Amino acid sequence: MNTILKYLSFICLALTIIPAFLVFNGSISLDQNKTLMAVGTFGWFLTAPFWMKQKKSDEAK
Amino acid sequence: MEPTLKKSNLVSKLNAVNEYERERIPENKLKDWRSFIGTYAGEHTAGTEFVLGPLFVAHGVNAFDLVTGLLIGNVLAVLSWAFLTAKISVLKRITLYYQLEKIAGKNFTLVYNLVNAAMFCFLAGSMIAVSATAVGIPFDIPMPTLQDVYPNSVGWVIVVFAVGLLTTLVAMVGFDQVSKFANVAAPWMIMIFIAAAIAVLPQLGVNSLGDFWTVAKTKIWNGVPLPGQDVFTFWHVMFFAWFCNMAMHIGMADMSLLRYAKKWQYGFSSAAGMFLGHYIAWIASGILYSLFLLQSNNSTEFAPGPVAYNAVGIAGALCVIIAGWTTANPTLYRAGLAIQAINPKWKTWKVTFVVGLFTTVAACFPALVMKLLDFVALYGLVLMPVGAVIFVDTYWLPKLGLIDEYAEKAGKNFNMAVALTWVLTLVLCVALNMSFGIEIFFLGLPGWFVAVAIYIVASKVLQKPVLSNYKA
Repeated sequence: MNTILKYLSFICLALTIIPAFLVFNGSISLDQNKTLMAVGTFGWFLTAPFWMKQKKSDEAK
Repeated sequence: MEPTLKKSNLVSKLNAVNEYERERIPENKLKDWRSFIGTYAGEHTAGTEFVLGPLFVAHGVNAFDLVTGLLIGNVLAVLSWAFLTAKISVLKRITLYYQLEKIAGKNFTLVYNLVNAAMFCFLAGSMIAVSATAVGIPFDIPMPTLQDVYPNSVGWVIVVFAVGLLTTLVAMVGFDQVSKFANVAAPWMIMIFIAAAIAVLPQLGVNSLGDFWTVAKTKIWNGVPLPGQDVFTFWHVMFFAWFCNMAMHIGMADMSLLRYAKKWQYGFSSAAGMFLGHYIAWIASGILYSLFLLQSNNSTEFAPGPVAYNAVGIAGALCVIIAGWTTANPTLYRAGLAIQAINPKWKTWKVTFVVGLFTTVAACFPALVMKLLDFVALYGLVLMPVGAVIFVDTYWLPKLGLIDEYAEKAGKNFNMAVALTWVLTLVLCVALNMSFGIEIFFLGLPGWFVAVAIYIVASKVLQKPVLSNYKA
């Protein structure tokens, strides 16, 4: 399950950055980029917390 | 939630934070380099980056000075972390506060804590204000401008109070959750910074990689400051990049973190934070701000929220809110703990609440954001002499026939040599600023050497022989 969630998370993370290069390239519009980045953002926060390890409190400064 | 359970949760949280506060880190608790890379990358890609990058644009830095100044300044910062902080951290393996207590005594450490707490409050306040610029977007409130010192509208005050109170409440009861959330947000935040900058490049006239440098020189960092802003040169950029975290490296605050490092070379992992946060993120936020300036005909409005929202929509606005919030929250929590050191019997949540209210009121004043460059420089400068004291105490005092960790060995609660070093160094820095017009960004370097000299002389004059079989 964690592996699937990890894949989903990284796909969502990719959705936040790859469309920006497509805008730069002229392949998609800025509005399409905004939508894809929003989808990637929500997807990341819905999936990543389940598998990311909590940073130990002793690492906090 | 049942009150007793709530209380025990809070106590356990505080216990977790206080782990190994007064002892060396055991060998089996040491961490490998990956945790330091993650920590540094996360901590230095934060809400402040949305302000500092644009302020370089506002101060008319030219493109070459920016790129080279940041490169050299960040390399110097990484070297400071590795050769100063990490070496001493691995040698001592205790927190800055405990080390300072051994050298300067409990009473001095208390004063240091209070000064630190005040700095934390103002830093948290500026981040609450940054978040508020994004939260205020749907309400169409008037955003602050570069010249604003006081709150410019009732709407602004209401939004700041809403964000500030929420941040305070979370700092009171949910620090661990915020810490966990910040870890989740860190990789995403870096992506948003990079993506936002790349997506807006065509609007600035960059249609291929070859166009970038020309546009950078003429439109983004064109060397022309906004009205009312001083011009920044290569030296400003370099010294700012080096010293903006002076409290952490030369000031030794990161002993608390790097004491967990297996080897001192892990100090080089700070490069992850410097080059992602203080290089890429500053450049990215500068690009976004310059587009805003072009589209708004050099408006003096300074609000990271709308700038990010216009560039990449809801993801950008969320990034500003989360970046500001995840920076403000732990900072507020640490300020509360520092204040609590005055009287450990005070309830942590009550102290955090009062500190949060003070911070929220401060956040209403836009000057806190507009002068963030100066404030960050001041923060490092004020805490730097203590780092110089620790450095000299560790390496040089025994070689000079003087006593290291004097307060502990002499059973003193207040080491006057350290107090004199701190006060006289800062007085001299103020004098250099006022008499010779040396800007705050440049005072850290001469200040460090002054602090070293004063501490050696003051220790020579003030130290009295102590019994060799002192009780630690």
